[in-house]
Amino acid sequence: MATFKLNINNRTHTVDVDANTPLLWVLRDVIGLTGTKFGCGIAQCGACTVHLNGDAVRSCVLPVSAVGDGEVITIEGLSKNGDHPVQKAWEEVDVMQCGYCQAGQIMSAAALLKKNPNPNDEQIFTAMNGNICRCGTYTRIREAIKKAATL
Amino acid sequence: MEIIKTHYNRRSFLKVSAAAGGGIMLGFNWLMSCAPAGEKAGQLALPDEWFDINAYLRIGNNGVVTIFSPNPEIGQNVKTAMPMIVAEELDVDWSNVLVEQAVLNTEKFGGQIAGGSQSIRQGWKTLRIAGATARRMLMEAAAQKWEVPVSELTTDKGIIKHSSGKTLGYGEVASQAVAMAVPEEVQLKDPKDFKIIGQPIKNVDVKKVITGKPLFGIDIKREGMLIAMIVHAPAFGMRPTSVDDSVARTMPGIKDVFTITSLPDSVEPQWSDVNAFKELVVVVGDNTWNVMQAKKALKIEWEATSPLVSTEDYDKALSDLLEKKADTPARKDGNPDEVFKKAAKIVERTYAAPFLPHNTMEPMNFFAHVTPEKVELTGPIQTPAQLCKTVAAVLNMPEENIAVNMTRQGGGFGRRLYGNFGVEAAVISKYVNAPVKLVYTREDDMTQGTYRPAYKVKYRAALDKDNNLLGITVRGAGVHGSPVFPNRFPAGAVDHYLAENHSLDSNISTGAWRAPRSNFMAIAEQSFLDEVAEAVGKDPIDFRLELLDRAATKPVGERNDYDAARYAGVLKLVREKSNWGEKKDGVYRGVSAYFCHNSYVAQVLDVVVKNSKPVVQKVWCATDCGIVVNPEGAKNQLEGGIIDGLGHTMYSEMTFKEGKPDQSNFHNYKLIRNSEAPLEIECFFVDNGIDPTGLGEPGLPPAGAALANALYAATGKRLTTQPFAKTELQIQAM
Repeated sequence: MATFKLNINNRTHTVDVDANTPLLWVLRDVIGLTGTKFGCGIAQCGACTVHLNGDAVRSCVLPVSAVGDGEVITIEGLSKNGDHPVQKAWEEVDVMQCGYCQAGQIMSAAALLKKNPNPNDEQIFTAMNGNICRCGTYTRIREAIKKAATL
Repeated sequence: MEIIKTHYNRRSFLKVSAAAGGGIMLGFNWLMSCAPAGEKAGQLALPDEWFDINAYLRIGNNGVVTIFSPNPEIGQNVKTAMPMIVAEELDVDWSNVLVEQAVLNTEKFGGQIAGGSQSIRQGWKTLRIAGATARRMLMEAAAQKWEVPVSELTTDKGIIKHSSGKTLGYGEVASQAVAMAVPEEVQLKDPKDFKIIGQPIKNVDVKKVITGKPLFGIDIKREGMLIAMIVHAPAFGMRPTSVDDSVARTMPGIKDVFTITSLPDSVEPQWSDVNAFKELVVVVGDNTWNVMQAKKALKIEWEATSPLVSTEDYDKALSDLLEKKADTPARKDGNPDEVFKKAAKIVERTYAAPFLPHNTMEPMNFFAHVTPEKVELTGPIQTPAQLCKTVAAVLNMPEENIAVNMTRQGGGFGRRLYGNFGVEAAVISKYVNAPVKLVYTREDDMTQGTYRPAYKVKYRAALDKDNNLLGITVRGAGVHGSPVFPNRFPAGAVDHYLAENHSLDSNISTGAWRAPRSNFMAIAEQSFLDEVAEAVGKDPIDFRLELLDRAATKPVGERNDYDAARYAGVLKLVREKSNWGEKKDGVYRGVSAYFCHNSYVAQVLDVVVKNSKPVVQKVWCATDCGIVVNPEGAKNQLEGGIIDGLGHTMYSEMTFKEGKPDQSNFHNYKLIRNSEAPLEIECFFVDNGIDPTGLGEPGLPPAGAALANALYAATGKRLTTQPFAKTELQIQAM
């Protein structure tokens, strides 16, 4: 066990966990931020995507010891009132079905748009292919990303 | 306008006990409304008092309405659509409505199940009556207050109006309405007067989902709750014999390691109790990661108790069955033997599909808190009533002492019809005498499923020398049951017809998987009809329409499952919308149509070939599901069904080596990804005012066949063995 000071959603959290514990389980089980989802545990489905210093990362394989003083943003901290352009576009396009993968999709999309405010289809595919949606909302995800780019 | 007896179905939802009629105070002041943020503040003031008018709805003294959605929400969007139906007949403003998931209470709500795309179809009348009855009682209360006849009253958006011009809000008479007698009969709206049904209403949970609120079973956290995980045998046909937990027990956070039998032999299994691994090793600890680590430190010995079977064995056994005549035909019209003997030409094709896990994105999980007096079960389940019954039997406790709550579910697809994980959570909670959340890893989830069974089917068509279709035979074989629906199209459209079924026993657990059997049969049947159309020299849509015309005007046999006119209707609609017949260089088209779960769907699909790989450019989807309750939700279901169907047809399979699944997680099991989904999908609906049917499943089955037929147009090759990408991914366009 070791103590880590984490900067999550612009708040400092001190946690006492095994150094190998993936950030995902620190968020979900220790801090109680359950918006970040468990899907595969091996960085293949993207349900656990968060931002680390602005990059989309898979928190299920990111040991808490590797986070350091990096800035972590989760779905709960993406915006204060749920009004990030990607969140607004997701609502407008009515993207979700079951909703489980959508936090990860939104975090991947938000990271993409931050780096590339006007992505084309190929760039959207590259950024979003790591996020599985089992319900098949992919066409709506693309539409929402394009809409968010205009907001 | 339809006048209807309110004792329809004889459910007690119309009666509310006196105690429930009083005010219920809640501890917070603002609730999220169903209105999109842009239209209103998105928040509603909480009333001082709620009045339960019936099981489906309560009205606040300020006019805010809470509607309880009875059925489990697995992503099929019934949590939005079912309350819309109640709100329509209640005649309230949707932005004044709050939606809550109802708890399990079959006395009030009837069959609370998410299965067979039946929620909307079976709930339609009951939900309308619930809304209409409440509206009537509110009007009666206003009439009494004003001392006027109720016939002088009208309603609009939660306001009761008297012909003199005076008005009262629902909230102002809710307390009196509770005391009104439940009317013997009520008037339902004429569908042309619908204001909410038919509107594109946004998902009621969208704000919570996009802001990461805890909605799902896996998000549950309670005081004193422990995390449990299971280890099941590595192969179907095995069980644990010994467990060395000496290391695991010493690991951080681990509370206990033990073995359970989730379903003892003394309990008579229900249909929902399918499960190959009843003997499980359980690890319980303080958090998920610690328990995962301890699982890896276990040393478990296993033994085989039944044959360990491999994919090749199933492949051969199913092929052997296809060569066997069935003892009794499932359906026989005319004299198929004779027409095949005298046929000038026979078209024959065999189709095959693998086992498939469901792979809901939210892995199986459940919360249970078992005490000697009562049980709480909370989590994602498609069959809450069945889970309650099995847990009652396993714990030897009356069902009324068991409370079942349904969370929002991260996908269902049929997997959560089989509630073994809920039973396991209850058994574990009882053992450790604590509240427990059982969580499966992806590997646990994928390697112990109730899989879509492996199927094979052989179609044959007999043609005369002038290429007239004489007869069709279909012989199916599947694990735990044949996939063939003997009375579905083209049965009824062909004079000489034979359907035969074979079933193969197995120790691999199988079950319903989104559009059971249809998910395979549509691809086989609609690919085959395409091939027969070509053999008889007809356009594939014209050929199908001719058969459907025959089935409509002079049907063969009496047990035909489908309405040929509605079937033809979706084909005609998709023909028109896709501009069928239009030729574009390098674009190849396929068509398919299928009827299942009471809805009709036809699709036209365009592919282009890019770097030897097919790219689906566009899918046109025409649907007849009667009245479309929520057009946006309906389109979303169809789009998802198409992508799901294309993905599994193209990429996914589960194989076994000596009973052990070869695939265990998304590194070696492929699900369709964003770039592989169609570039565009456009949906159209037949507008016929018929009572609505469901859409959770019907969009899926036709998609794989439209793809196969488009790929045939592109390559001249008939794809018959799924997943197509495994052997047939490298596509050379002609």
